[in-house]
Amino acid sequence: MSVDEKTVRRIAHLARIAVTDDEVGPLQGELNAILAFVEQLGTVDVSGVEPMTSVTPMAMKKREDVVTEGGRAADVVANAPETEDNYFLVPKVVE
Amino acid sequence: MNAPVDPKKLIKGGLHDWEVIVGMEIHAQVSSRAKLFSGASTEFGAEPNDHVSLVDAAMPGMLPVINAECVAQAVRTGLGLKAQINLRSVFDRKNYFYPDLPQGYQISQYKDPIVGEGEVLVDMADGTSITVGIERLHLEQDAGKSLHDQDPTRSFVDLNRSGVALMEIVSRPDLRSSEEAKAYVTKLRTILRYLGTCDGDMEKGSLRADVNVSVRRPGEPLGTRCEIKNVNSIRFIGQAIETEARRQIAILEDGGTIDQETRLFDPTKGETRSMRSKEEAHDYRYFPDPDLLPLEFDQAFVDSLAEGLPELPDAKKARFVTDYGLSPYDAGVLIAERASADYYEAVAKGRDGKAAANWVINELFGRLNKEGLSIEASPVSATQLGAIIDLIGEGVISGKIAKDLFEIVWTEGGDPRALVESRGMKQVTDTGAIEKAVDEIIAANPDKVAQAKEKPTLLGWFVGQTMKATGGKANPAAVNALLKAKLGIE
Repeated sequence: MSVDEKTVRRIAHLARIAVTDDEVGPLQGELNAILAFVEQLGTVDVSGVEPMTSVTPMAMKKREDVVTEGGRAADVVANAPETEDNYFLVPKVVE
Repeated sequence: MNAPVDPKKLIKGGLHDWEVIVGMEIHAQVSSRAKLFSGASTEFGAEPNDHVSLVDAAMPGMLPVINAECVAQAVRTGLGLKAQINLRSVFDRKNYFYPDLPQGYQISQYKDPIVGEGEVLVDMADGTSITVGIERLHLEQDAGKSLHDQDPTRSFVDLNRSGVALMEIVSRPDLRSSEEAKAYVTKLRTILRYLGTCDGDMEKGSLRADVNVSVRRPGEPLGTRCEIKNVNSIRFIGQAIETEARRQIAILEDGGTIDQETRLFDPTKGETRSMRSKEEAHDYRYFPDPDLLPLEFDQAFVDSLAEGLPELPDAKKARFVTDYGLSPYDAGVLIAERASADYYEAVAKGRDGKAAANWVINELFGRLNKEGLSIEASPVSATQLGAIIDLIGEGVISGKIAKDLFEIVWTEGGDPRALVESRGMKQVTDTGAIEKAVDEIIAANPDKVAQAKEKPTLLGWFVGQTMKATGGKANPAAVNALLKAKLGIE
């Protein structure tokens, strides 16, 4: 599997990463190198093997249905470039 | 999917008849105190960003921990939909960018949802019923809320809803008209409210629908569908389907083709319009969320939840028909809300079920609707209404006086039995007193008496006069019998 230039641009756009025309070529090479590396795994026969979801055989931890957090709106928006009345402000998005 | 086509459900185009095919994705907010993966409150109407934990705001290093009650609620809902419960399910990341989604992905379930196939029985107004297939139900996070009308160049983002648990309930494309679609959502809402797994409050956004609409000529393969996003009332769901079906029919009859796309319904303009900006976002690149292990539980957990389920609407309706002798229609009206059904049963217990149903549906519901009140806020309690019905049954008051009594209890409250005594509302069954009134009316109206021999329908006039003379308290049966005898009417 390998990616072409168009796919590189598309992936960058989906990830909202600005990629200049100069960068597309080198990125394509890097991505293809990564894909080739990972592709080595394809040589292993895994037929009949359940996909592993965790290295430790444990069940997912669950929380009780109790309110333990909140009430810190000022902290939540503290890093935002723009706020008003504890709302995040972003460039207008309109449907 | 290719059931015989009912001609009544077809939409007439300019050239052909068309069948509309509808499937729905309902987003139902799980009733829980805390969010799906954090300990922040789910309560509606807080100050901006007040019900937000650092997990919901997607601060670096924060990890999601699942709320056990949300899992239980999803399983209860699955059981209520007679669906397959999957003892193992997986959370995936659905990736897209939007300002109200701080993680840059929604934690959802993709290939392995918690609930699989089920079905919902939907009763239609004409007495028929349809079975709507449920494809799946999965748990996912809600996004935050954006306000676009506060500022000319900025959108305001509030993450209070971010991370609240939703159940996405996906139906099969089994619906064939806007009426069926509305009835399906209504029924699903009733089931969720019975289960207590979602409050169904559409005004607060607790229940929202994405509606998939396509049209075809009967017997042909499925047409290309459009998805109408986020329709938030049952009435609008109906309007959106009608509007979208007609739009597609117009295009197809003009020789055009339908583009598969996401659209928005604008109720004020009565049109659907394309949401072009989201088109490219459809590449969600799902993958299993590495922060979460698979969700696993055993059958014993499912069984214990099943034992705790309340009687569900279909079972209750069937029981009302059998135990109280109600028509399926009346039973359907009574069970639409659990509180109404409970109220009815309190009234009907030990009394005539049909009489109780008539009073609850016609008098009580009629009056509640007029005042815009819910059953919980009814000024007349089940005990009070039961007493009124008893007084009629015992012959203490007539049905007509009972309505006056209902009105008094509604506005002033009090014990109906005591009110009847204190206000002298008791029915006059003393024949002597009624006879006296009848004799007076006959004596005062010799012309009408003469006419009545020829025209027996005049009896009604005499009954009216007698009731008036006795302040409506005369026993109507006794009045009728006496008048017939004295006027010589058979």
